[in-house]
Amino acid sequence: MKAKHQRLVLAVVALCGVVGAGVLAASALRDEAAYFRTPDEVAGGKAAVGEAMRLGGMVAKGSIVRQADGLTIRFVATDGKASVPVEYKGIVPDLFGEESGMVADGRMRADGTFVADRILAKHDERYMPPQMGDMPKDMKAAVKG
Amino acid sequence: MIAELGLALLWIAASLACLSLVAGTLFLRGGPKDLAALVRPASVAQGVLTAAAFGLLIALFVRSDMSVDLVARNSNSLKPMIFKIAGTWGNHEGSMLLWLMILSLSGALIALFEKRLREDTLVATLTAQAALSLGFFAFLLFSSNPFKRLPVAPPDGQGLNPLLQDIGLAFHPPTLYVGYVGLSVAFSFAVGALITREIGPAFARAMRPWVLGSWIFLTLGITAGSYWAYYELGWGGWWFWDPVENVSLVPWLAGAALLHSVAVTATRNALRAWTVMLAVIGFSMSMVGTFIVRSGLLTSVHSFAVDPERGTFLLVLMAIYIGGALTLFALRAGAVAEGKKFALLSREGALVINNLLLTTILALVLLGTLYPIVAEAMGEKISVGPPYYNRVAGPLALILCLVMVAGPLLSWRKDDGKRLWSRLPASAFAGAAVLFALILFGGAVGILPLLGMTVAAVVAVASLAPLWGRTLRRVPLPTWGMVVAHFGVAVCLAGMGAESAFIKERLVAAAPGETIRIADFSVKFVGVKPVAGPNYTAIEGSLIATTASGGRFTMKPEARTFPGLMGTAPTETNEAALLTRPGGQLYAVLGQPVPGDDGRADRYQIRLWWKPLVWWIWLGGGLIALGATLSLLGRAQLPAMWRARRHRKTQERFAP
Repeated sequence: MKAKHQRLVLAVVALCGVVGAGVLAASALRDEAAYFRTPDEVAGGKAAVGEAMRLGGMVAKGSIVRQADGLTIRFVATDGKASVPVEYKGIVPDLFGEESGMVADGRMRADGTFVADRILAKHDERYMPPQMGDMPKDMKAAVKG
Repeated sequence: MIAELGLALLWIAASLACLSLVAGTLFLRGGPKDLAALVRPASVAQGVLTAAAFGLLIALFVRSDMSVDLVARNSNSLKPMIFKIAGTWGNHEGSMLLWLMILSLSGALIALFEKRLREDTLVATLTAQAALSLGFFAFLLFSSNPFKRLPVAPPDGQGLNPLLQDIGLAFHPPTLYVGYVGLSVAFSFAVGALITREIGPAFARAMRPWVLGSWIFLTLGITAGSYWAYYELGWGGWWFWDPVENVSLVPWLAGAALLHSVAVTATRNALRAWTVMLAVIGFSMSMVGTFIVRSGLLTSVHSFAVDPERGTFLLVLMAIYIGGALTLFALRAGAVAEGKKFALLSREGALVINNLLLTTILALVLLGTLYPIVAEAMGEKISVGPPYYNRVAGPLALILCLVMVAGPLLSWRKDDGKRLWSRLPASAFAGAAVLFALILFGGAVGILPLLGMTVAAVVAVASLAPLWGRTLRRVPLPTWGMVVAHFGVAVCLAGMGAESAFIKERLVAAAPGETIRIADFSVKFVGVKPVAGPNYTAIEGSLIATTASGGRFTMKPEARTFPGLMGTAPTETNEAALLTRPGGQLYAVLGQPVPGDDGRADRYQIRLWWKPLVWWIWLGGGLIALGATLSLLGRAQLPAMWRARRHRKTQERFAP
């Protein structure tokens, strides 16, 4: 193979690679990126049933109900404007509690309940899970006021 | 006094960096040679003084001097000594000083030990290093002074985040930082070589140990961080594709690409512009990582409370350095003479594909990490999680591993396909055997884990191929390094595949005396009792795991409560209990008490995982680091006597 020819082949291979990677990334981002929704947005019909998403809100006062199996809990997540019932089976994080902020990964079920696979709670004044930074302040005000 | 002395040392070190920068620049623009003579000693002195300042900061933490703002905010006199010391870098200011110390010490080491480069290239490199450190000195002194005094000293400090009070984590940040900042040297070498136009094997050989060294630390840091997240968070996962994990992975990928391309430049004098480019990208990614983590753009356990002013400062610094280096590259790239030619099917060809794949994975991981930030700026809050990364990085990583099978078996310059095929049957057979076994006996295994384990078998056998038919005693160290590192990749990949494919999970609310069955274990929940640690109280669960073959093991997971110090809220953490067996690990977490009908806690939530071969993941990480270490030792000037003449030829053929 001539050097020039070979360079061309390499350039074409690299170009195909870059385009392929771009297409792969774009399609994966479209399919797999999860939206962060507030209860208000969910009530507004923004969350499709079965679509992976992240729900953020405050745990409403007096709403945590433990099921008989000792593992499943139900509670209501609210942002002061709307609320969404949440169901989670597992060990909740240490600082999870009523009237505090939480973020849950999961999806909406057809009956309007959000089924969480994982729950993150506000950890400490200085260290927080992602996306909780700006949330609790205004929501706290909304919930308490 | 200690704090004031520390601050004074920092100012003197900063002026020395300034001196190096000015003297070096004047010399490179045709100034007198005497100026160049200043740069070496100034770099050494700067390194020593910055290290002394860091030592003084540690002393303040050890003495719990609460009159210093940083100590009061991040330490407490009741903490165990080791965590007082670790607290030095468990905060924004201290970690920036650590970063700066490593940057300055690296400059000092180049000044002391680098003898292979031309004098002007060396001066240009040290000048670039001084320019880097000067920016971070400015950042530290003007916006993040670690030695700031409080007008009134509080009686005691606020303590360190309990999650960070862990021996593994005490050494995780320094390890990663050495890796991150070690890449700054490669960056400075690249800038220096671009300035003096000395881009060739000598430059690549000078740079290589630094690339290998920092990559070893990055590998160890990532491996340790992964293990920490695994046992400390209690979620049972070993990689979460968390943004903070990703920004450590990105420089690692750049480093992996760079150490392979630098080998081509050093041995074959090819891929020269590409190597320079990667050296620039490597440290740029370290800076991007630090910026993302520390600026508060992403909030996590790694981000310290930071104000926007600091974020802007870091962003400007980064823009100057990365922009400057890229501009220099654009101006000089045309002048970089064409390297030696090679055929597509050759060791160089395989390494080019390796580099393309590594940089593609790098770009895709970076895209996934930055996408939420960009989307948020446009008013849409999204999160990009494991499904994205597994889908884009998984297949590419597997292709990369297949290239890794062929690469070491090819000879430099050109090779022919028949010769390659003749060396592959054993590894192809191993892969086929594993694939069939998995399909026949494995049950429903996902496609990615299935291919992962298959490729792992192929790589494991093929990685040993460079040793076949050779007298092992005479195999040069760098070849051993390559073999061990590639074998480590196979071990790691097998662990990931087996864990994802065959994991077992049980989540129960168990009363004392109850037995839980998982995989081949019967786990009896004996009960709980309160225990007290040095600065926490805990509920300790007691589990007895019995294997089918009759082995009995006790596991004691804990739920710990750290009292709030000086007005902060109390914090609770879960300490998982791990039982390591040859076939994997049993992982137990004690959850919350479950109140019965009478309101008393009669049951406890218990989560158990059986994770087959999971410890292979970290073993593989360790082997990769070990391989890189062997390669580094083999190339150090120290064992020059080992490298007898007869080895030189083989080395050229088998260098990674």
